[in-house]
Order: sequence, then structure tokens, then C-alpha cells
Amino acid sequence: MKSDKLQGFGKRKAIDRLMTVLSFLCVLVALVPLISMLLTVVTKGVLALNLDFLTQLPKAVGESGGGFGNAIQGTFIVVGIACLISLPIGIFSGVFLSEYGANSIALGVRFISDVLSGTPSIIAGIFSYTLVVKSFGSWSALAGGFALSLIMIPIITRTVEESLRLVPLEVREASLALGIRRWRTILNIVMITAKAGIITGIILATARASGEAAPLLFTSGFSNSWASSLTNQPVSTLPVMIYTYAISPFEDWRAKAWAGALVLMILILILNVGMRFATKGKYSWRNF
Amino acid sequence: MSSKIETKNLSAWFGENQILRDVNLKVEENAVTAIIGPSGCGKSTFLRCLNRMHELVPGARVSGKVILDGTDIYGDGVDPVLIRRKIGMVFQRPNPFPTMSIFDNVSAGLRLNGVKDKKRVRGIVEASLKKAALWEEVKEKLDAPGVALSGGQQQRLCIARALAVEPEVILMDEPASSLDPVATTKIEDLILDLKKEYTIVIVTHNMQEAARISDYTAFIYLGKIIEFGPTSELFENPKEKQTQDYLRGVFG
Repeated sequence: MKSDKLQGFGKRKAIDRLMTVLSFLCVLVALVPLISMLLTVVTKGVLALNLDFLTQLPKAVGESGGGFGNAIQGTFIVVGIACLISLPIGIFSGVFLSEYGANSIALGVRFISDVLSGTPSIIAGIFSYTLVVKSFGSWSALAGGFALSLIMIPIITRTVEESLRLVPLEVREASLALGIRRWRTILNIVMITAKAGIITGIILATARASGEAAPLLFTSGFSNSWASSLTNQPVSTLPVMIYTYAISPFEDWRAKAWAGALVLMILILILNVGMRFATKGKYSWRNF
Repeated sequence: MSSKIETKNLSAWFGENQILRDVNLKVEENAVTAIIGPSGCGKSTFLRCLNRMHELVPGARVSGKVILDGTDIYGDGVDPVLIRRKIGMVFQRPNPFPTMSIFDNVSAGLRLNGVKDKKRVRGIVEASLKKAALWEEVKEKLDAPGVALSGGQQQRLCIARALAVEPEVILMDEPASSLDPVATTKIEDLILDLKKEYTIVIVTHNMQEAARISDYTAFIYLGKIIEFGPTSELFENPKEKQTQDYLRGVFG
């Protein structure tokens, strides 16, 4: 009798160990490509990375030197425009869905937002091409930013909605019971409580948009000069530049593409850490 | 004694489900009125009707009158937000704002209702924490998160938060039910102290608690007031059969 019990115990122990080992192996399998990709980008990217690369314009084929300066500038401009469009729309839609979302309009909004997030990003590019490029008659930072905002809006909407929903009903009731108005409750109590989740959504959306090349190929396009206009001049961005350089037949161009990839990765890392740091909770209004 | 709140034929529904049936009750000023009754009898709903919190639940509905100082709070043109500033509420489970410091929790009601005078806010925060018998325990750590306090302290923090908006009436929905005996005693002592300045309505399923702290007790069963009177009379000499049964523990 006793040995039976022990046998059962041993079996459970063995299964427990097996599962632990299995999940550990799965983690390794998932990490290997990630780490190898990081290492490749860093080792190959460092070779062509220098101050000129960050500050200079691209040189013509055959000339040595030059850099991705305009593409870095362009990425900031285009992603900046995308944020200006998508942050208010995304955040307000998320608040609407979570706080006022018990009606048929909300059902429609949620459905459209889901469809939008499943749309291939190149479709966003085509849409922006017909809408913005056609009407302004030129490739532009605005067209690129608009295309990227279409990708960002559903991500922000969904993450804002989800993180607001996680705020318990008791917190809302506590606020309303103090005679705090509903919009104030949402803005200063619910959204503050959900801040971490909202920030995560914004970072995810921005990072995703920063790395998109497809919707930018025929909206912001490619350029060898600095951007001086938002609406009537093509603007280079890091992903498009990387794409252009990576498929070129020239050895030094391909090296620059790796450096561009490294810069893009570092920019996203800085964005991530910077946003977290800047919005870190200061625990008091006492000295407001 | 004058009555601070009077309900007239107060009924409440969740959808089709009627929770309260023609409740008529007078709440005396600067006294503790306890509402007792078995689970699901409508005690909490009654409480939530008194500061218009009931209607916040989708499908919830109220009829009848709740007269506060001579005015029906369900009358035309009455802003429920202003009613809630006059009639504060403390909930069953301590619910401090999770990302806020102790100071911010207490000052939230003032700041978010537009009080900008820093000196005044600081003064009221200190006074409210003192009234809630929490000041001595937290005065050194006002910037610490409110949720880092113990359960009993959190509940007193919630009481301080409610006091800070300077209400006249405080509604308490089983404020001690999730606390240990020591913390419960502190809350009960606090309630006895607060009634000097405030009118208090407390829902409790703990009959000893009602007997210890209240001046008046209402027994609610199936959404109706079965019996209402001075606490000593209701507990020692209940008139209704149902009250007698409930007090003896026959049901509930």
C-alpha cells in the first residue's frame, strides 16, 4: 500500500521534471533566433557605424563615406507625424470603447479596429497613396506618417481599452462617490491607474510603426537629401533606406544597411527605456 | 432630534428585479443608523440609493423620494455629483486609489473637484487623517503608496478620503467586514467619534456591531423595512415576529 503511494508520487515527480525541462527547452528554442539576430545586427552593423553615418547624407555610388543622416531625420519626422495622428485617435477610441462601450456604435468601432489591425501594412500604404500622395501630387512625410498612423491606431485603441478595463470597478466607484465628475474620474483616476498599460501600448505601436518599410515605399519614398518640406518632397526613412541598400549589389551599401538596422534597433530601445523613465510614477502631488 | 434624510416610498430595481419596496425611513442627524438584514435583502442597494450611486449600474432604476435637508435628491435638476459631495461613502472592501500616495488618496477629492489652494488642501488632508485616527501612523510617510498600508489602515484611509470632501453624511457599507477584530474595534471607535460631527448610516450583517455602535436600527428583509426604532428597543424588545426570528438566528 505504502509503496503504491510512493510509486505514484515518483511518477508525478518525473512528469513534473519532464515538463520543466520541456518548457525550458522551448524557451531556449525561442531565444536562439532572437539572440542570433541581435548578435548579427550588432556585429555586422558596428563595422559601418560611425559619426559620419549618423550625420552625413548618402553619397553616390562608388564614392566612399556618407551616411543615413537624412533617413534618421526622416524616421523621426514620419513617425512623429504618425504619433500626432494616431495618439489622440487611438487613446480616445480606447477610452470610448472601455468607458462608454456598451452600445452598437462601440461594437462597430471594435470590429473595424480589429479588421484594421489585421490588414497587411502595404494596404495602408496604398490607401495613403490614393488619399494623400494623389491629392498633394507628391510623395511626402505626411503621406508616410498617415500610412503609419493607420497601423498604429488599432494597436493603441486595443491596448488602451484593455488596460482601462483592468482597472477595477471599485476604483471608479470610489472616485464617483467622492463627487468627482465622470470625465475627471476617467482622466485622473482610471487612466492614471492604467498608465503603465497605456504607455506599453503606445511604445508597442510606435516601435512597430518605426520598423515598417512596406507602407512607406510609395508614400514617403526615398531621397538623397535632407527633408525640408512635409508635404511636397519625398523623405527617406530608416526602413526604406535599409531595404534599398540591402538589395543593392555594392558591398559597402550592404554594410551600411546593417548599420542602419543597428541604429533603428537602438532608437527603438531608447524610445522604450526613455518613455518608461519619463512617465515613471512620481508618488505625490504634495508639492504640486 | 431632527431627521437629516428621509426616504419616501423608495423602491429600486435592477432590470426587472425589484430590490427595494416602498422603503420609508428617517435618518436622524448626528446619530448612527444601522441597517441590518440577511444577505441579499437590499441593505447595500438602500445605501447606494441615498447618494445616487445605485443608478450608476446599467439597468438600475429608482422611484420614490430621498429628502436631504428638505430637498428631494431625485428631484428635477438635482446634480447627482453635488449630492455625492454632501453624502460620502465608505465601501466594504478598502479601495484606495492603487497608484496614488497616501497624501494623494486623501487629497484626490479636493483636487479633482477644483480646489487649488495648496495650503488649504494640506490642512484638510491633515485634519481628515486626524479625524480618521490615522495621522499618527502615517504622518512620516505621506508619500508612500496607499496600498502599502494594512487592511485596517487602508479602510481608515478611505474614511479620511471621504471626510476630505467635507460631507455631512457618511454611508458605510459593511466597513469592517473584511478586517480583523483589532482593526474592527478601531473602525467602530472611529464611527462613535465621527457621529459628533456627521450623520452616519452603516450597513452591517454583524448584529453585535449594530448593537454596539448604532443609535437606531432598521431591519430590512426582502426589500422591505420590517422594523425600525432605537437600537436598544429593537434588540431587547423586537415587536415583529420576523425581527425576533432574525435576531435569534433562525434565518439569515
